[in-house]
Amino acid sequence: MYLTKRDEQFLNGDFGAAAKMAMNILVQLGEVLGADEMLDVEQVHVDGCIYESEAHLDFAEKLASLDARVIVPTTLNATSLDLQHPNAWGYSAQWKSQAQRMANAYLEMGCTPTWTCAPYQTEFVPKFGQQIAWAESNAIVFANSVIGARTNRYGDFTDICAALTGRVPQTGLHLAENRRGQILFELKNIPAGLLCDDAFFPVLGHYLGKRAGDKIPVIAGLPSDTSQDALKALGAGAASSGGVAMFHAVGITPEAKTLQDAFGGNSYERVEIALRELNDARAELSSADGSQLDAVVLGSPHFSLQECLRLAELIRGLRVHPSVEFIVTTNRIVSEALRARGVLQTLTDAGVQLCQDTCILLSPMLRAEIRVIMTNSAKYAYYTPNLIERRVVFGSLRDCVASAVQGMVVRDEKPWEGPSGE
Amino acid sequence: MQLIQGHALISGNAQGDVIFTDEPLSFWGGYSAREGKIIDTHHALFGTNVAGKIFVLPSARGSSTGSGILLEAIRLGNAPAALILKRRDAILALGAIVGRELYDKILPIVIVSEKEFVKLHKAHFACLHMDGVIEYE
Repeated sequence: MYLTKRDEQFLNGDFGAAAKMAMNILVQLGEVLGADEMLDVEQVHVDGCIYESEAHLDFAEKLASLDARVIVPTTLNATSLDLQHPNAWGYSAQWKSQAQRMANAYLEMGCTPTWTCAPYQTEFVPKFGQQIAWAESNAIVFANSVIGARTNRYGDFTDICAALTGRVPQTGLHLAENRRGQILFELKNIPAGLLCDDAFFPVLGHYLGKRAGDKIPVIAGLPSDTSQDALKALGAGAASSGGVAMFHAVGITPEAKTLQDAFGGNSYERVEIALRELNDARAELSSADGSQLDAVVLGSPHFSLQECLRLAELIRGLRVHPSVEFIVTTNRIVSEALRARGVLQTLTDAGVQLCQDTCILLSPMLRAEIRVIMTNSAKYAYYTPNLIERRVVFGSLRDCVASAVQGMVVRDEKPWEGPSGE
Repeated sequence: MQLIQGHALISGNAQGDVIFTDEPLSFWGGYSAREGKIIDTHHALFGTNVAGKIFVLPSARGSSTGSGILLEAIRLGNAPAALILKRRDAILALGAIVGRELYDKILPIVIVSEKEFVKLHKAHFACLHMDGVIEYE
């Protein structure tokens, strides 16, 4: 691999021991990936700040102990603790201490305490065409697809290494020729009502991830006014059930103004998606049956201001059933905006609890008695049974609110039925 | 014994029983570093222990946190003895690279072609060499 003089200086330790270790890891990774050279990145999103294990902590504290400092703007992912309210949830003292050490190590390195898995909904949004190094699968797919910034799927360690050096191997989605679509998904006869239902997008994403694997799917037939939050839910679903790092939605996402634009001359397989496929995918997202409900959990990726406002609209004047906990995982920026608008009170009055900086998959925050949760997130639905051993019912936002109020699972099946009651 | 010339992403020697899957695996939420077991209920190998085994899979998938899960498995001695993949996978390679940097432990990773990958379907024992050569039976 060709290295610039400055890359070599990093490897020689001219910029310190931490930057040397970081560059060493990146160059090895570049060789693994078959890169010819490295390229500059202008922004980094780090998810290595999650306390997943002692190994993660060893790595972070090793770098911090070597006086590591980030040299490009670096946001931090959701972490493993509600840092401002560590006692509000059921964390053990041991967990709080380890997760706090993890957070401290990344703060010491100069990262910005955004603590969110939706950095694209903060002030640190990258620009179209910008080279960035982002971690967190949903953030990666959003940055590539919806914003048109360029990142590969960076992981726990490369993220901070990129932040300490401003360099990554020049491969994959950093290069225009690798960003074209590879497989076409055409929506066929999907009822108009379903196309504007919030539950449609995570289900579609779940299906795409299973079917596209790590290819770049191109979706034709989405309404032109599909919201950012809908695309976010779609991407998060596809990046959970599959290795999707980028998708195109024809007429919606910036590198897919037309079908030709999306494929850029690539030949492609064509797959039709009808209601039947979506119903199968929807069924896969539920691991519980029956009406038992212990909690509603929303916000993977972190709920945006718009999503919180929509929830407030639906739940205003209602009251969550005493047997149900209602938790929204989000970030400080959204909480503050809700407080400023007086909407936080509406949610609290209805019995909704906000959780910041983290989520149920990253921290042991749910009480043991909570066995069945309901969510409108494909990512929560996909990972919850394995990671935190609870069963899940997938439903729309409206279903979640109705169920929380009644204290039992209720789902409106109408949007999912075909014209002949299919 | 049959031979495959693979490409060593992470050079090393390893041998052991072969566990094969043609389904990618998310190590985050799919692999228990504490037990060395596959815990993804959606995966065909759910419940299988792959610690110390030659684990043959197309690639990782899902969350990028997979690198760290593999690193933790390496730290605890619950990682596979080696990985044989179909694709250059940054998530898994990275776990192995950092394992070498931080703990001085080697987890060999070898890439094989689609044709050779399929052959490993029926292998029950394999031996990996530094240069990417795989002997199997």
